[in-house]
Amino acid sequence: MVITNAKYAEATKEENETKSIYATIDGVASSVPMDTANRHYAEILKQVADGDITIAEAD
Amino acid sequence: MAKVKIQGHASGTGILTVTAPNTSTDRTITLPDSTDTLIGAATTDALTTRINATGGRKNIVNNGAFQIAQRGTSSTVSGYGSVDRWKSVNNVGVTHTQEAITSGDAYDAGFRHAFKLTNTATVDTAASHYVSCYQYIEAQDLATSGWDYTDASSYITISFWIKSSVAGTYYVNPMTEDGTQKVYPQSFSLSAATWTKVEKSYPGHADLTFNNDTGRGMALHISPFYGTDFTSGVSTSAWSTYASGDRFPDFAQRWGSAGTGATWEITGVQLELGSVATDFEHRSYGEELALCQRYFQYGSTSSTYCGFSNGSSQAYFTLHLTTPLRTTPTLTRSGSGTRNWTAVKHNGNNNSTADPSVVTYEAGAVDMACRQTGHSGLSDMYATNLYTGSYYIIIDAEL
Repeated sequence: MVITNAKYAEATKEENETKSIYATIDGVASSVPMDTANRHYAEILKQVADGDITIAEAD
Repeated sequence: MAKVKIQGHASGTGILTVTAPNTSTDRTITLPDSTDTLIGAATTDALTTRINATGGRKNIVNNGAFQIAQRGTSSTVSGYGSVDRWKSVNNVGVTHTQEAITSGDAYDAGFRHAFKLTNTATVDTAASHYVSCYQYIEAQDLATSGWDYTDASSYITISFWIKSSVAGTYYVNPMTEDGTQKVYPQSFSLSAATWTKVEKSYPGHADLTFNNDTGRGMALHISPFYGTDFTSGVSTSAWSTYASGDRFPDFAQRWGSAGTGATWEITGVQLELGSVATDFEHRSYGEELALCQRYFQYGSTSSTYCGFSNGSSQAYFTLHLTTPLRTTPTLTRSGSGTRNWTAVKHNGNNNSTADPSVVTYEAGAVDMACRQTGHSGLSDMYATNLYTGSYYIIIDAEL
């Protein structure tokens, strides 16, 4: 799974909580929920831990 | 009246006992009027076990007949891309398709679609090359299947139809995902371009673990090739502990090594309780689609989602689902490049190219709170609808 352009989404207004990550996954722009049961988020965490990608701060 | 004849087998010394019912009412056993038998001679299961195994919902595999292809009927993506629930992960070029079956033994068995892999690049001598074909089965569906998977006398059975353009010896391999990961590749032989029915039974093992959760329980591999980086002398007659280099025995042939255009087709994949493969559980299109939608759904172009504005830049909206999802999904949209969704508000409209995202999804719910950022000029807490235009929503909760 090729992940590029990972960036945190801006926090939600009510909870002031960041809940997703924008990323391009295998060439497809996607929003990935920060839920470890989500396969894309699990892969993002793995690639971050391996030092392959970093996640940019929200705008 | 027909005669009753009981003749002892020449080599047998056992006693046949016929016990009368404990009732004054007559009972009748009707024997087949052809050469059929009440139970096949090659099987050892009790008749009641076989009857139970043939009835009701029994196939743990989703989309085993490959009727469903929500993403499309053809893909070159390494991963999910064509038929639902099945993926082909490769490091050489492969096109995978939902292929129509129009004749042959699999057709005669009632199948009209197969999952077909065709290599578009040569599988050369690199030890790292692989072409895979598998489905992840949700752990709780195995944990609650009735398989006493830690008991070596309790079985599951995998059966499927397969056709390859390359003759040889291949493997079906249920790789477990929870606890100590285990593999058990069992071999089968194929003649070139010939539909073959494969049936393999697997006993339980004390080290098998399937959590009662929504995670990956098993990767059921029916894969055409793995290079020697992934193969070893792993047993084909027992469960072994998984290691990256111990997934399969060495493949005797390199599928796809003769050039492009090698093909691999499977259909009728069934994983069921018991030590005997029974007839495939044919499901209706609607039933199978509903099962697949736990993992993947999509919306329509030109849809309008109702919601409200939150501040000046965010439009919140509700996505209605056809069935609860396995987990909080990844959202994407169809198309590529600059894709606007339009916020239709009380005093005009505003476009945003931002990818919509999930705000909240409660397990088991059939709707989901989402938002699209990147708008401007919205009025806080006004009713606002989101118009999808040409770009429909794609909801992915796959394993």
